[in-house]
Amino acid sequence: MLNPQLSADGRLKHLITLDGLPRGVLTEILDIAAPFTEVAAREVKKVPLLRGKSVFNVFFENSTRTRTTFEIAAKRLSADVINLNVATSSTNKGETLLDTVDNLCAMGADMFVMRHASSGAPYLLAQHLRNTGRDHISVVNAGDGRHAHPTQGLLDMYTIRHYKQDFTRLTVAVVGDVLHSRVARSEIAALTTLGVPEVRVIGPKTLLPSDVERMGVRVFHDMNEGLRGVDVIMMLRLQNERMQGALLPSSQEYFKFYGLTEEKLALATKDAIVLHPGPMNRGVEIDSAVADGDHAVILPQVTFGIAVRMAVMSMLAAGN
Amino acid sequence: MNIHIANGRLIDPANKVDALQDLFIQGDRVVALGTPPQGFVPDRVIDASGLVVAPGLVDLSARLREPGFEHKATLESEMQAAMAGGVTSLACPPDTDPVLDEPGLVEMLCFRAKKLNCAHVYPVGALTTRLEGRRLTEMAELVEAGCVAFGQANTPIADTQVLLRAMQYAATFGFRVWLQPIDPHLARGGVAHDGEVASRLGLTGIPVEAETIALETCLSLARLTGVKLHITRISSAAALESIERARAGGLDVSCDVAAHHLHLCDMDLGYFDPQCHVVPPLRSQRDRAALRAGLAAGRIDAVCSDHTPVDDDGKQAPFAEAEPGMTGLELLLPLVVKWAQEDRVPLADALARVTARAAAIMGITRGGHLGVGARADVVIFDASAEQRFTRERIRSQGKNTPFLGLPLPGVVRHTLVEGRVMYDA
Amino acid sequence: MTPLPDATRLCEQLAAQIKPRLRPDTALVGIHSGGAWVADYLHRALGLATALGSLDVAFYRDDYGSRGLHPRPQKSGIPFDVNDRHIILVDDVLYTGRTTRAALNELFDYGRPGCIELAVLADRGERQLPIAPAYCAWVLEERLPAGSKLSLRRGEHGELSLELKHA
Repeated sequence: MLNPQLSADGRLKHLITLDGLPRGVLTEILDIAAPFTEVAAREVKKVPLLRGKSVFNVFFENSTRTRTTFEIAAKRLSADVINLNVATSSTNKGETLLDTVDNLCAMGADMFVMRHASSGAPYLLAQHLRNTGRDHISVVNAGDGRHAHPTQGLLDMYTIRHYKQDFTRLTVAVVGDVLHSRVARSEIAALTTLGVPEVRVIGPKTLLPSDVERMGVRVFHDMNEGLRGVDVIMMLRLQNERMQGALLPSSQEYFKFYGLTEEKLALATKDAIVLHPGPMNRGVEIDSAVADGDHAVILPQVTFGIAVRMAVMSMLAAGN
Repeated sequence: MNIHIANGRLIDPANKVDALQDLFIQGDRVVALGTPPQGFVPDRVIDASGLVVAPGLVDLSARLREPGFEHKATLESEMQAAMAGGVTSLACPPDTDPVLDEPGLVEMLCFRAKKLNCAHVYPVGALTTRLEGRRLTEMAELVEAGCVAFGQANTPIADTQVLLRAMQYAATFGFRVWLQPIDPHLARGGVAHDGEVASRLGLTGIPVEAETIALETCLSLARLTGVKLHITRISSAAALESIERARAGGLDVSCDVAAHHLHLCDMDLGYFDPQCHVVPPLRSQRDRAALRAGLAAGRIDAVCSDHTPVDDDGKQAPFAEAEPGMTGLELLLPLVVKWAQEDRVPLADALARVTARAAAIMGITRGGHLGVGARADVVIFDASAEQRFTRERIRSQGKNTPFLGLPLPGVVRHTLVEGRVMYDA
Repeated sequence: MTPLPDATRLCEQLAAQIKPRLRPDTALVGIHSGGAWVADYLHRALGLATALGSLDVAFYRDDYGSRGLHPRPQKSGIPFDVNDRHIILVDDVLYTGRTTRAALNELFDYGRPGCIELAVLADRGERQLPIAPAYCAWVLEERLPAGSKLSLRRGEHGELSLELKHA
């Protein structure tokens, strides 16, 4: 089956998932992101690559933080950015996703950055653009359901490469609610593609998807065992609504067994780094001492995230 | 009108016929096989050289979308689809709007269908009012109105006490109960088989146990009540094993499978193809293999189309939000023939699953076979020719199928209903 | 065709041209990649105190829309305050002038320089923009055939040489 993200000559056309993207493409994105990190240090934090292009941030699910990082990235590329919180507008009045998109196309969109609560929604959009002869418009997935959050996965990879250089000697643990996490899926896909020899997932059985080991990971239910000797710890956010009920009895019990504390962190290698996609629940999945400690690279993640998104957008705009 | 179907390979599984034999039709009945009756003068001779002549197909589940969903399909459009697919008898599930839970609605549906004079329509009545799983329907009156069985379509009865009472009541009158085994709790929110594919795609899974737990409940209560139970659309190897165990314990239970489950599995979801969103979900390759083998061995009694026309608006949505179902009336024969060819199942055995066996489950005696005196419902098709379905070619109002564009065997040439030629390719 | 001049000789000549016009605040900025090598030579030859800057104009090119992103862009680095400074932009070969324009645009995103001059090893003519070098070691007298590419190479041990490739 043809990967709908790639054009016939193998160039990136849309960025929807990292699962199935060749290693060369992932590495290329990270390489291109590197010079963009320097742009933020200038007096004018802008390059003219996307001058005259219109980027539509279409968020069918609210997320100020992610939308803002995409907005900054697009603006630093000199694109015109239009933000739409569709979650609160017309789709509630019976307009379909594709109706909304058709309208935005008519307004001259060159790129869609889309977040949607349903897994696979960006594929629908990309397919619709192809079917309606609007192939020049690219789609960036800013998170779809539980499926993928590719730019988050990439910025995590950028962060890991920045601190650890070589992926092929690392042991990486992804900790927490893998079941509901699009971030986890993108991280696992990228880590395995980039040649990390051991990717572990750590969590209670209620928060791990069926057959998760088929994604190429080692499963641990005991966090102390799972963190032993790891170089990178990738924490996941635990959504409030999952903290009590049939998945978990309480946030306190979760923190006791799966929260990252300094004691648990000590089991990892001494120069281990700790990542978190934000926003953090301090005292639920991560202790403040760790979040603010020397091992945490959570703020650099945010900075790198802008460069990575600039790289993705400039590659897509160039590919089309 | 007298019709002579000449030079065809007559396959009539009910009568164990598979031979080059001519078929003679007078009025609405089959009057002779092989040699014409004395003084038979045909008004029309259909040359069936190189073609298979078989009883018109009997489909255990085809949604006609009337009443209530006429924007998705109408009786007229779907009857045309049935004729093009060689389906001459079909059972329609009760999940219409309003639900088929009142005799008046059933009578109206039968009346409308009869007027169109195409396929014979056999409604399946709702087991509980509005399919809500609380109150029993007037089953006896519904049977008088034309219902052949009672079921819940894809809406399971959560309350096992109601299920027990419904079975007891149906058993009182000897009515057939057709149930789709779905545990409503385990299946809650699910849209795909719970396994590697759903996990990778981030889709909420429906574990096989949602099927087997509900199935075991149905089987236990059937043993208790003695109801004539038919299990619809099994999807997993484990479900088939459960049924086999129940049979070994002496329970008389039949089951069917949807034609698309013989060919597709969860891998076919690909990049979230909403056409592959069906109930029950497409399961693993291992399950598919077990269903195919079970069907070949006769452990699965019948194949149905589970025809569910969905309009483009219903499918042009993210996978989970897309309306489930596939269009199927025109694909039933091609998919059954394809399965038979791939698994080297004799064509007569394969056709039994969509004719005689299906008719027996439905409890109709006049359709599904071609003995002398039988209703002259006939399909004449080319088993070896291939066709590719396109949106334009599909007569059903629902164009929703992942089989578009794929080469499929089993091309229907003629369909006859009660001795009238309703379709000529 | 006569052989190409020796690149190191050209660098020496360029340094000699620049030397009398150096100011205390002069900074060099090389354009990636050939210009950066020349700037590196000049920086050492002239013994400048201000750190050397470099630009990769990939993000400023005017052919991005038609030719896409340069495959492996490098980080630009201007390790000094550009405001009010005398800056000499260094490139290996001056041709249409489009690279120079991109570099000027990028430079202004770091601040407002006092004065910018252009120094190039070779000028092959055929300008498409109103740009002229202040320092130039070699002016080609004849047009090169269309599609040919004149560029600077750097060997394993840092030795520089000019290379002419025909289409």
